[in-house]
Amino acid sequence: MHFVATLPLQSGASIRGYDLSFETYGQLNAARSIAVLVCHALNASHHVAGVYAGQAKSEGWWNTMIGPGKPVDTDRFFVIGVNNLGSCFGSTGPMHVNPDTGRVYGADFPVVTVEDWVDAQARLLDALGIETLAAVMGGSLGGMQALGWALQYPARVRHAVVVASAPNLTAENIAFNEVARRAIVTDPDFHGGHFYAQGVVPKRGLRIARMIGHITYLSDDVMNEKFGRQLRDAVLGSGTGTGTGDYKYSTQDVEFQIESYLRYQGDKFAEYFDANTYLLITRALDYFDPARAFGGDLTRALARATAKFLLVSFSTDWRFAPARSREIVRALLDNRRDLSYAEIDAPHGHDAFLLDDPRYLGVVRSYFDSIARELGDAS
Amino acid sequence: MSDQLTMEALARLVPVGSRVLDLGCGDGAMLDHLQRTRGCTGYGIEIDDANVLACVQRGVNVIQLNLDEGLALFGDQSFDVVLQIDTLQHLRNAETMLRETARVGRIGIVAFPNFAHWPNRLSVLRGRMPVTRRLPYQWYDTPNIRVGTHADLALLAQRSGLHVLDSFGLQAGRVLRLAPNLLAGTSVYQLSR
Repeated sequence: MHFVATLPLQSGASIRGYDLSFETYGQLNAARSIAVLVCHALNASHHVAGVYAGQAKSEGWWNTMIGPGKPVDTDRFFVIGVNNLGSCFGSTGPMHVNPDTGRVYGADFPVVTVEDWVDAQARLLDALGIETLAAVMGGSLGGMQALGWALQYPARVRHAVVVASAPNLTAENIAFNEVARRAIVTDPDFHGGHFYAQGVVPKRGLRIARMIGHITYLSDDVMNEKFGRQLRDAVLGSGTGTGTGDYKYSTQDVEFQIESYLRYQGDKFAEYFDANTYLLITRALDYFDPARAFGGDLTRALARATAKFLLVSFSTDWRFAPARSREIVRALLDNRRDLSYAEIDAPHGHDAFLLDDPRYLGVVRSYFDSIARELGDAS
Repeated sequence: MSDQLTMEALARLVPVGSRVLDLGCGDGAMLDHLQRTRGCTGYGIEIDDANVLACVQRGVNVIQLNLDEGLALFGDQSFDVVLQIDTLQHLRNAETMLRETARVGRIGIVAFPNFAHWPNRLSVLRGRMPVTRRLPYQWYDTPNIRVGTHADLALLAQRSGLHVLDSFGLQAGRVLRLAPNLLAGTSVYQLSR
């Protein structure tokens, strides 16, 4: 959908003449009361559920969660997935032409924040004729947007589902983002963000950014269980077959299976992801901090939120640790808001929010059942 | 202690319209009952996944926490009533949690199995740990790591500097004020700071 009107941004800059890609699932009812907005995290898109006809491996990124008969049941709810500004899956981003200059944005794409994304999403809902959301939901950075919605548009949100998220990033978390950004920015193919005109892509930087990110999305245990100290060649069959063949005694070849895995993930990511988008989205993560305007007092910051909340965290998630979700729980409790909080004892680290854990999916399913009951009672 | 009469007897101790924190809320039946019949609001605390799910299914606010980690999430006197129904006997830090209950709630209501109930005494007199409807576990598989009596809790409350507003026994859902330490399977205390 094209938006002509200028969108003012938190930085003081603005953007005009932009597009937002979105998908919808299910049927909106006459009362327009059953809409659920799904917000994406770093590398996902508006394609949250289902598959594209005739395309293999085209499952939506939250296909375990959303769809007919799924926890967020698209037979009962009208689900909207939207790609955020600055991303690289169809909505206007740094690879597109700036209407003010006639040139590709590149590094000049304005810095966008979680709050800006929420404002843009709100305009999309206006255009779709949806005043109130039955729920807004997201994991990780998507959870920050769900929280942002409850703060920026409290009257438009009945429920906020915030999974594996945080009220802001810790120094360590910003540090990981910074390493990733430096990997991209120092790639000779980055050209200060204007690499499109050069016909190159800073793939080395993107690969390393993805590798470090990936490490932080997994837990130590799950990595050990999946890869341990297995040697790659042994796994490929040229060694003893047990993963315990001889070392190559090489410093640069892939030796261990985990190295092979990370390189594969990095290669795959560098093929489809945009370098400037990576910088923009990690910065949006860094900047999000609703308590900042309240002297760091999250309780006061969340006083505006009137939605009911479901929060979920995962015990082995060290990038968005349970303690961070509990900070949100505490601030909501202090404000006497309705909330439920599930702390799922799962081994998969941050990635758990995208996986098929029956306890996690069961809690979300039950929560949406109760939303449906509430909507039924109200109508 | 899912017995309906017992639940109703305990619910009557909760003032109408109270903001309630239910520690170890199980499947949320008590909070659900308090919300529907006494206009209460509040939250349950649970550690067990299946119970958390059951609470969400009922539409009862639930927070998944290990009570052995304390009640740091909750401010002083931030609830009208804190319930600890059949929870105390499972807690490693039972003494701390008793004090925490009275810190967080203006009133704390504690109910737990009274080990001095006469069938239990008889059983021990015969040389065997009791296995009853109220204490259905064998000694080797019981989740009850704190075994205490109605009389014991009075001493612990005193030791913890808590006021006993009321105390009585519950047997088959009826309030017992005569010799509760001998005649009641369940001990109930209403406490404050």
